[in-house]
Amino acid sequence: MLAKRIIPCLDIKDGKTVKGTNFENLRNAGDPVELGKLYSDQGADELTFLDITASFEGRKTFTDMVKKVAANISIPFTVGGGINELKDVERLLSAGADKVSINSSAIKNPQLIEDIAKNFGQQVCVVAIDAKESNGIWKCYLNGGRVETDKTLFDWAHEANERGAGEILFTSMNHDGVKEGYANEALARLSDILSIPLIASGGAGCMEDFYDTFNEGKADAALAASVFHFGEIKIPELKEYLCSRNINVRI
Amino acid sequence: MKVAIVKYNAGNIYSVDYALKRLGVDAEITADKEKLMSADKVIFPGVGEAKTTMDHLKQCGLDRVIKDLKQPLLGVCLGMQLMCNYMEEGDTTGLGIFDVSVKRFIPNIHIEKVPHMGWNTIFDLKDELFKGFTKEEFVYFVHSYYVPVNEFTAAKTEYIIPFSASLHRDNFYATQFHPEKSGKTGEKILQNFLNL
Repeated sequence: MLAKRIIPCLDIKDGKTVKGTNFENLRNAGDPVELGKLYSDQGADELTFLDITASFEGRKTFTDMVKKVAANISIPFTVGGGINELKDVERLLSAGADKVSINSSAIKNPQLIEDIAKNFGQQVCVVAIDAKESNGIWKCYLNGGRVETDKTLFDWAHEANERGAGEILFTSMNHDGVKEGYANEALARLSDILSIPLIASGGAGCMEDFYDTFNEGKADAALAASVFHFGEIKIPELKEYLCSRNINVRI
Repeated sequence: MKVAIVKYNAGNIYSVDYALKRLGVDAEITADKEKLMSADKVIFPGVGEAKTTMDHLKQCGLDRVIKDLKQPLLGVCLGMQLMCNYMEEGDTTGLGIFDVSVKRFIPNIHIEKVPHMGWNTIFDLKDELFKGFTKEEFVYFVHSYYVPVNEFTAAKTEYIIPFSASLHRDNFYATQFHPEKSGKTGEKILQNFLNL
């Protein structure tokens, strides 16, 4: 049976992980390769690396990091941040990334989804959506949640699916950082309208939140950052817990 | 030991190369007929769209070369599908090493998403590739098309229906999953292939 996936997300700036970590046994917790490898050894099912640098130099450093990750880690990984055109995709895939995640650039130029799917295969293209609910309406946001658009979550997710996205990664801006659980109602509605896998993001605070998002939210995978980085939740314990509650996970 | 990776427009060539390097093997990535024929082991990777990839193989003359190889060959993912007779994807004729057709997953219920993406277990293991496997192991899959269970099936996986996770005929081995992305389990499978 297909397992539900647990995906730690690492924010990268100038080739280093940004958020602090509590891993005492790591020589250099700022080294994405070492941290990624630790997660992989602990049983993470995939990894996501988001480049939050804006400069050209930063992009080059990120590409070098992707090469090191690919050389050292034997599980799939997705990279995102600053992907605007096909040649960015090509650069990251040839550096060894398995998938790319696009967000603002897909909203600005939806054709990019089709182009990625056609050139590199549907499974490569993860469409990430940041959305916020206000008065019952979920609006999509650009540029890391700074700019509101007129696109609504459910319409845009459906459109991305139709255009050839391989997965949808939905981050609820209402839930992100609050640590009181994922946006399960919206996730369940998304899961119902999508024919492709759905990754839940934003809101993980305790192990039960993961159970709820797989159960109520009907998510296929759950992504989280700080609960893992600060050691509040350890992946082996999380998987044991999910297994004991009859969620199929890889142990 | 000389290991060659078939060089063509497949997406996962470098992932396979990296995985072999982690096992201490320096493979040669090549489209050269002589080099492929003289290698001890050949890996035929594959990520992409069936029709485009098959057309490319034919243009380079690699279709004949692969079929005629006598040493152990391992096809991976689309590589395995291309080794079959026919693919529904792009209405494509394959290499015909395995006399079976590749079909598209059709979900029975909505929660069965396509592509089949993520970690799933393999069972009914019949092959040297899975030597030493004592419990149900998870491997990583990403695909929208599948090879039905047939006489060449060397391992099965269930998603929507039971299908071939691995095929074997003579010197031809293949996996639908990605051993190069399947952590320690994948490394064992690659090592078993190298040990053949």
